[in-house]
Amino acid sequence: MTDDDRVFKALADPTRRFLLDRLFARDGRTLSELESELEMTRFGVMKHLRVLEDADLVVARRSGREKLHFLNPVPIRLIHDRWIDKYTERRVTALADLKNELEGKA
Amino acid sequence: MTTMAETKVTTQVYRVYIRATPEAIWDAITKPEWSRKYGYGGSVEYDLRPGGAYRAHASEEFLAAGAPEVVIDGEVIEADPPRKLVQTWRMLMDEQMVAEGFTRLTYEITEGERGVTKLTLTHELEGAPLLAALLAGEMEDRGAGGGWSWVLSDIKTLLETGKAFAG
Repeated sequence: MTDDDRVFKALADPTRRFLLDRLFARDGRTLSELESELEMTRFGVMKHLRVLEDADLVVARRSGREKLHFLNPVPIRLIHDRWIDKYTERRVTALADLKNELEGKA
Repeated sequence: MTTMAETKVTTQVYRVYIRATPEAIWDAITKPEWSRKYGYGGSVEYDLRPGGAYRAHASEEFLAAGAPEVVIDGEVIEADPPRKLVQTWRMLMDEQMVAEGFTRLTYEITEGERGVTKLTLTHELEGAPLLAALLAGEMEDRGAGGGWSWVLSDIKTLLETGKAFAG
């Protein structure tokens, strides 16, 4: 699997998107904190976090005795720059061309 | 969407894998001829020893937009090329951010397999909510750029393809 595949796979699940949203709201959380917001076993949450870590969307850091989970937005940024920008840019340019043509500036 | 007031984030962690040597990544961070080519395009000036000064000088574009000549200042805490750089970091573009004071920034560079190097940036932003919002990219729609994820994405593109978005 490429890095992009891992990111898309990780994002293709509502529980994992929920976990990312929780970390976006407040970063640096423990497994127990994240678990308390989900109707799921600790093991289930761990499995989802593992997928997010494999995709590098979550980076875990030790802080004393605790393991804190941080949202890493860089992979999403890379996908944005690589895929989203590419297509939206063309659409925006096409609209700008259309506007110019309709307004007789072309 | 969380509003800025609700955001209680005090530490931000960013990680990116780059197909480049640790030395190339170290140079991209610490040398002005590289720092000019990506992200906000400032020219960095590092005295790479504990207590040494750090300054980022504004690009022509930033100066034309009314930025001060030195946009970021700080002090080197630890420099272990090409593996680890710890420094303080204060944004001087905005009076309110200046008032938030110095924050602590750590770059960790770890060589991996098959020529891919891991770059992890940890920014401790206690007591600096405005700066935290800026660096998280929350002010991008106001023309403030995309923060660290944008900068790191750009470093990756520059080192892997020789071209950056900012350039």
